[in-house]
Amino acid sequence: MASEQMNGAEMVIKSLVDQGVEVIFGYPGGAVLPIYDALFQQNNIEHILVRQEGGAVHAAEGYARSTGKIGVVLVTSGPGATNAVTGLTDALMDSIPIVCLTGQVPTHLIGNDAFQEADTTGITRPCTKHNYLVKDIQDLPRIMHEAFYVAQTGRPGPVVIDLPKDILQGKSDCYIPPEDVKHRSYKPQVDAEPSKIEQAVKLIAAAKRPVFYTGGGVINAGDRGSELLTRFVRKLGVPCTNTLMGLGSYPASDPQFIGMLGMHGTYEANLAMYNCDLMINIGARFDDRVTGRLDEFSPNSTKIHVDIDPSSINKNVMVDLPIIGDAARVLEAMMTAWDEGDYQLDQKALKSWWAQIEEWRAKDCLAYTQKGKLIKPQYAIQRLYELTKDRDTYITTEVGQHQMWAAQYFKFEEPKRWMTSGGLGTMGYGLPAAMGVQRAHRDSLVIDVAGEASILMNIQELSCIAQYNLPVKVFIVNNQWMGMVRQWQELLHGARYSESYSASLPDFVKLAESFGMVGIRCEDAADLDDKIMEMIDTPRPVVFDCAVTQDENVFPMIPSGAAHYEMLLGPDDKAQRPISEEGMVLV
Amino acid sequence: MSPRETNIEKRTIAVLVDNEPGVLARVIGLFSGRGYNIESLTVSEVDQLKNFSRITVVTSGTPQILEQIKAQLDRLVPVHRISDLTNEGPAVDRELALVKVAGTGEKRVESLRIADIFRASVVDSSHDHFVFEMTGKSDKLDVFIDLMQPLGLVDVSRTGVVAISRGPKGL
Ligand SMILES: Cc1ncc(C[n+]2csc(CCOP(=O)(O)OP(=O)(O)O)c2C)c(N)n1
Ligand SMILES: [Mg+2]
Repeated sequence: MASEQMNGAEMVIKSLVDQGVEVIFGYPGGAVLPIYDALFQQNNIEHILVRQEGGAVHAAEGYARSTGKIGVVLVTSGPGATNAVTGLTDALMDSIPIVCLTGQVPTHLIGNDAFQEADTTGITRPCTKHNYLVKDIQDLPRIMHEAFYVAQTGRPGPVVIDLPKDILQGKSDCYIPPEDVKHRSYKPQVDAEPSKIEQAVKLIAAAKRPVFYTGGGVINAGDRGSELLTRFVRKLGVPCTNTLMGLGSYPASDPQFIGMLGMHGTYEANLAMYNCDLMINIGARFDDRVTGRLDEFSPNSTKIHVDIDPSSINKNVMVDLPIIGDAARVLEAMMTAWDEGDYQLDQKALKSWWAQIEEWRAKDCLAYTQKGKLIKPQYAIQRLYELTKDRDTYITTEVGQHQMWAAQYFKFEEPKRWMTSGGLGTMGYGLPAAMGVQRAHRDSLVIDVAGEASILMNIQELSCIAQYNLPVKVFIVNNQWMGMVRQWQELLHGARYSESYSASLPDFVKLAESFGMVGIRCEDAADLDDKIMEMIDTPRPVVFDCAVTQDENVFPMIPSGAAHYEMLLGPDDKAQRPISEEGMVLV
Repeated sequence: MSPRETNIEKRTIAVLVDNEPGVLARVIGLFSGRGYNIESLTVSEVDQLKNFSRITVVTSGTPQILEQIKAQLDRLVPVHRISDLTNEGPAVDRELALVKVAGTGEKRVESLRIADIFRASVVDSSHDHFVFEMTGKSDKLDVFIDLMQPLGLVDVSRTGVVAISRGPKGL
């Protein structure tokens, strides 16, 4: 049955509405003016006008990660699309569902180097899960709905739809609703084979030193993923560590939580990984930031790897039992199998495993001393956590030392509260991401934990925050250095601090005020709590410039190319163990 | 286990894809982007009604890399099915070559004689050249081309490998 006549732009909007989209993040330009015109004439979808297209994608990522919904982006052709590339890559690396609509020159001009033409599908092919160029209006509704399906099915990711202007202006009655679109080829496996579940629970029952290592896959599996993980781990009484992406998938205040693992993970988490006899990886991908030196990675353990993406299996680390499936469904099946089989863990072995872990934990690897007036960055972040933990708080970050400290000192009790650029490590992510989070959760406390260098990468978005009066709090841990770069230069490059000083910083208070926001500066540890409270109690956007000591390094640290047991615990550790040449070439 | 194993194997992989713009670029981009080898790649539409194309890739790598290649191909959105023809039972693989040899006299006669032995057919000729067409396994083509080298080999064009599993079952 034919639908009513619509032009392509109206069809785009209709598809978005039918997909349940309530907000899109975008920036106009010639090629997408028909869509902006259609937006103008409707009230279902709100448009948030960012200040640079890169910000739009990060905002959509923040929105998606904090809600579990798909983030939608609208940008123009050429520079609009190329500006979106970093965000798309970021979303691909962190498996965030995004649908990004890009304008394109009219079909008859494609390939002619027309004004604001870019080969958007060519450029974005390696940084999207999939992309489309719509060449016929008849395909438009199918492609719109397919894009939503592809973005959120299986391992989520960004999908680009490139929309030539003539398609947007053409008219047709070919619109079809989402229910009528079935994808021809893309049907990822979500349920594991029952035999594998049986094998998994048998391995767990036989383990003496098991550890759960869980990542973003649990969070992407929806709230049930974390719920089931928590129930299962508690039932078993075994330790659980999270990746940077997985923070919040297991409640951090639970005694069975042993902290984040990896390069800046806790001593107990990394040593548990090294010494375990059974590793149960759920929705994590053995990233090099987690494994450290591969040939020394957990050498004596049996490894179970649950992942929805078969290409994650045996990519970096060979595992003994791969299980393809959705984390929540696999966890549910495992729990059922565990209960039905009436399995028991060896309690004596578990007890001595915990005794060992407690010994490691007693090292208190995140300890630091805050003395006097100067604020240690760790202290700043820990106070921020303590003063916000009982509130409805969402945290985004930029990239650098402050990001790692936030990961270490914040305790996330539930999923979707922590938004950080993990895979790509994109400076400039946090501010626009916070915008997207705040738009989704208007009454919540949304804080971007920032570095003074990173924040300048997308500082223009303060204008967007001001326009929509999104009460985002930007908490700048201002060490006047690209701290993480400085740290590597200190440890790996003979303390030659090449181009890592943050010179000519703005007066962040005045900057905030110039956007009509509140600026707060804190330089004295004694004032910190009061000023943080002032920030929290301000019902408007705030930029908080927190001056911290300049030469602090993030510890613990597994230097690149080192094994888990070769962790540096503090500044006095570093001298003894020079970093290998092999490690030097690693990023 | 270290990923730096040294046992390199060769595989022929068949990929059934939607015949849509960009699908070949996606496959090639996957190989170049992740540093995998392509020894040969062929593609053509095989089912007009269902709009399927079939890509045959000959690649090489360690067993771990080869598993990665298959998993990476399989997760491309327009890919319907993949099959590791080398590993999943016996398969037939063939390649076609067009080989141009120019010369006169004894060399010319000799080239024709060898072509005959290899069951290559002459598809174009003049007094001083032949174009041979030859179908067979790639290594047989290699030998033929090598033999033509001293006899006035001018040009070679090869299709790359196409392959199909033996027995009644389809992809
Ligand atoms: C877009 C981008 N460019 C460069 C880098 C490399 N890099 C990683 S951390 C860092 C310094 C960050 O400095 P700052 O924001 O002040 O954070 P700090 O480490 O001082 O807490 C740089 C340059 C990056 N991650 N992203
Ligand atoms: Mg800094």
